[in-house]
Amino acid sequence: MFDLTGKSALVTGASGGIGAEIARALHGAGATVALSGTRVEPLEALAAEMGARAHVLACNLSDAQAVEALPKQAVDAMGAVDILVNNAGITRDNLFMRMSDAEWADVIEVNLTSTMRLCRGVVRGMMKARWGRIVNISSIVGATGNPGQGNYAASKAGMVGMSKSLAYEVASRGITVNCIAPGFIETAMTDKLNDEQKGKILGQIPAGRMGTPAEIAAAALYLASAEAGYVTGATLHVNGGMAMI
Amino acid sequence: MSDIAERVKKIVVEHLSVEEDKVTENASFIDDLGADSLDTVELVMAFEEEFGIEIPDDAAETIQTFGDAVKFIKEAQ
Repeated sequence: MFDLTGKSALVTGASGGIGAEIARALHGAGATVALSGTRVEPLEALAAEMGARAHVLACNLSDAQAVEALPKQAVDAMGAVDILVNNAGITRDNLFMRMSDAEWADVIEVNLTSTMRLCRGVVRGMMKARWGRIVNISSIVGATGNPGQGNYAASKAGMVGMSKSLAYEVASRGITVNCIAPGFIETAMTDKLNDEQKGKILGQIPAGRMGTPAEIAAAALYLASAEAGYVTGATLHVNGGMAMI
Repeated sequence: MSDIAERVKKIVVEHLSVEEDKVTENASFIDDLGADSLDTVELVMAFEEEFGIEIPDDAAETIQTFGDAVKFIKEAQ
C-alpha cells in the first residue's frame, strides 16, 4: 500500500519539523523528492540523510518570482511534479487591534498566495499526465480561529476554500487537492511554549498529548497515494480530537 | 486543407472525442463540440506544444472556433 515508486514530489518548508517528516515519508514510499525551503543547510542535511532521489531547491516564498520559478526548477530536477505538498508557513502573531498591515500581508503572501502560485505552476503538468496530488497543509486554527492569529487563521482557512475550488476544476483529470489540518504538533514552533501554556493546550486535547510530525506525514502519504484517488476537496483533521469537525 | 488545419483538427478530435466531420471552420469548441472551459485550456496547451508557440491568456480567450485556432496559429508561426 501507498507505493510512490516513480512519482516525484515537491515539498515546501522541508527544513521544518513537519515538512522534513513529510518528505521522509514520501521518499520512504519510493518517491523522488525536491526539498524546498529558505534555509539550505538543513535541506542539504536532509537530502544527505536520504541519499538517492533527493534534490534541494532553495526558495524564499515571499519572493513572487522565486515562487513562479520553483515548479520549473522541480521539473528540471525530477522530470515532473506528480505530488505537491504546500507545507511552508509563517506566523506573525499579534492581537487583532494591534496587527499591522505588514504582519497581515506577510502571512497571507507566504501561506496563501505562494500556495496558490505553486498550485497554478504544477497543475498544467498534472493535467497532461492525467494524475496529480496536491496536499496543502492548513491548520486547526483555520477552522476554529485563535486569539492573536487573525492573519494566520485567515491564511489557513483561505487555503481550504482555495483547495476545494481547485479540486472541483481538476477532479476530472485525475488530480486531487486536499488539505491536512494539524492540531498541536511537537515542533520548534510549539517548543517555544512554556509549561503553563502547554498544560492549558493539553487540557483541551482528548488524546492528552501533542501530535508528532510523523502523524502528519502519515496523513500526507495517504493523500499523496494512488489509493486516495477518490478523496478530493477534503480536509483531514489530525488533532487528537481537539476539534471534532 | 492546409497542414496546420489538419494538425489542429487531429488535436481537437483526440481531445474532445468528436467525429472529424463535426470539426468545421465555424464549429465552436464549447457550443458545438462539447468542450468545457477546462477542455479549452487543454486544447490551447496542446496547440502550444504541437506548434512550439506561446498563446497568451488574452489571446486564448479569442480562440472560440476551429477556424479561430487555425487562423491564430498561422499568424503566430
